[in-house]
Amino acid sequence: MSDAQIEIQLIAGLAAMACAIPGVFLVLRKMTMISDAISHSILPGLVVGFFITQDLNSPWLILLAAVTGVLTVVLVEFIQKTRLVKEDTAIGLVFPALFSIGVILIAQNANDVHLDIDAVLLGELAFAPFDRLLINNLDLGPKSLWVIGSILLLSLSLLILFFKELKMSTFDKGLATSLGFSPLLIHYGLMSVSSVTIVGAFDAVGAVLVVALIIAPAATAYLLTDSLKKMLVLSVFFGVISAVIGYWLAHWLDASIAGSMTSVLGMLFLLVFLFAPKQGVISAIFKEKQQRKEVSLLVFLLHLQNHEDPRERHVNHLQEHINWHRIQAKTVVDLAQKNNLIEIENQVINLSEKGLQFTEEALKYITTNKPTAIEDLKNKFFLFRG
Amino acid sequence: MNVKNEKLAIKIDDLTVAYDYKPVLWDIDLKIPEGVLMAIVGPNGAGKSTLIKAILGIIKPIAGSVKIFGKPYKAQRSKVAYVPQKGTVDWDFPTTALDVVMMGTYGSLGWIKRPGQAQRKSALEALEKVGMLSFKNRQISQLSGGQQQRIFLARALVQNASIYFMDEPFQGVDATTERAIIKILKELRDAGKTLIVVHHDLQTVPEYFNWVTFLNVKGIASGPVKDIFNDDNLTKTYGINYKVAINP
Repeated sequence: MSDAQIEIQLIAGLAAMACAIPGVFLVLRKMTMISDAISHSILPGLVVGFFITQDLNSPWLILLAAVTGVLTVVLVEFIQKTRLVKEDTAIGLVFPALFSIGVILIAQNANDVHLDIDAVLLGELAFAPFDRLLINNLDLGPKSLWVIGSILLLSLSLLILFFKELKMSTFDKGLATSLGFSPLLIHYGLMSVSSVTIVGAFDAVGAVLVVALIIAPAATAYLLTDSLKKMLVLSVFFGVISAVIGYWLAHWLDASIAGSMTSVLGMLFLLVFLFAPKQGVISAIFKEKQQRKEVSLLVFLLHLQNHEDPRERHVNHLQEHINWHRIQAKTVVDLAQKNNLIEIENQVINLSEKGLQFTEEALKYITTNKPTAIEDLKNKFFLFRG
Repeated sequence: MNVKNEKLAIKIDDLTVAYDYKPVLWDIDLKIPEGVLMAIVGPNGAGKSTLIKAILGIIKPIAGSVKIFGKPYKAQRSKVAYVPQKGTVDWDFPTTALDVVMMGTYGSLGWIKRPGQAQRKSALEALEKVGMLSFKNRQISQLSGGQQQRIFLARALVQNASIYFMDEPFQGVDATTERAIIKILKELRDAGKTLIVVHHDLQTVPEYFNWVTFLNVKGIASGPVKDIFNDDNLTKTYGINYKVAINP
């Protein structure tokens, strides 16, 4: 690997990490579309900042752009509070307006600088290593590495300091208020950090793809864990992994780095969405099937327990009596037999001792209406539960 | 009963709250003595939840004052615990029962400082008290409605407050949980705490509470259940001719 390759991956990885952190809270607060709005409306801030500083890497420029980001949030909330339009409409009104101001400003005044629309939308990660930070002629590495590195450090320290406050005000704003914490302050703090992060990552991946870096890792992690800390760690992990894999995918395909990173993020989400052990689509289908099987078994066993008449319990009459298809009836009988819950004698089905014990306990729980106890019971008697 | 001579937990004067110019609470005067278990009853839209939120500073009133043990709420925060309606939070939030209960200790910790062993211990004790200790590591969406309500109660218990506000703690809970909660509330009252509960089931008011406030945008009546929980006040509050069978 060349130095430039390593540097690009470092910048991409740090940008992904920096985006993943506020992303988790935006996802949990159901505010992800705000990140889309911020990522576009910082453009006029960047342009105006550039006119003032005449330096594309000035920290003032980043700050000014971040202020535009927070201003977007304030504007959206202001419009929404009038109750004349809903939040999504307010977002859709504010950010295209601000973005288009930025586009016009660039076209009018900045034709000769490298602030072009393509770079704004898609970023220019591949060129990042060319822009060096030089102090006394000493090469300290690419500028954007320092920018995104400092932003990551800032948001990590804030996260560690205010983890408790962020968690509580995200989960229960009312409690946070009544305990004397200011959810409003935390809200704007989070919005400021999101804005600064988006401005920093924007340089690398552009306005459209920065949204993916914010939302996708958090959304993927959310499907995999029940703990906020683990969700943060997983998000950062997914972000970095996609940055690295995305870089090499781009290298191999000779395509846009930012585009490949985002595609990898999308594919990661799809994989987790399908195969997540607890909340994945496939596991849900399997679970539902299993549940249906268990309910049939339960109904069947209770039917046997309820009817003394051997005609009701004859193998060939089963379908008529509980109104099941032949295949379903056969599966259930096989299942019950495998679990030693029934005995078949001259085509007549009898509950085994274990089956009798099961139905008796099951009836007791059903009549007292305790669903959790039924689960324990199934675990005890159904061998296929493992 | 003359309230004046007792120590007041809460004193509300001329409290008015409005959403968009529409008054939700209008000119409320209320005196709640210390050590009562009080129900706030009234029809939908009467402003019951709003009253609690205004007392706690979650909603800003446009007029009036609230005093808690003689001082404004901000000075008395540590003496007050609040149990919001269960539906106000997202139960899919990635956290455990124990963690939610620990949040009750955040107020005494203040900004930045993190919960430690002492906070964990009091959270575990509160979980034990509401009969949820064995669920401490359960993700909160995996709990039933009644269990979630118990977690909220435990979170209020760790605050070790003098006044407890509860917004419909019996909504959507099973009978066992309801009995368990009311038992704890009565114990708290017997220990001298003041409890203010938004309540919907008029039938259980005399059995559960010893103090009641009738509310319908304006304050209708407030006092001991045995003195003022009658058809007259119910009719004034609910508008129609209301009759509740009260056991003699």
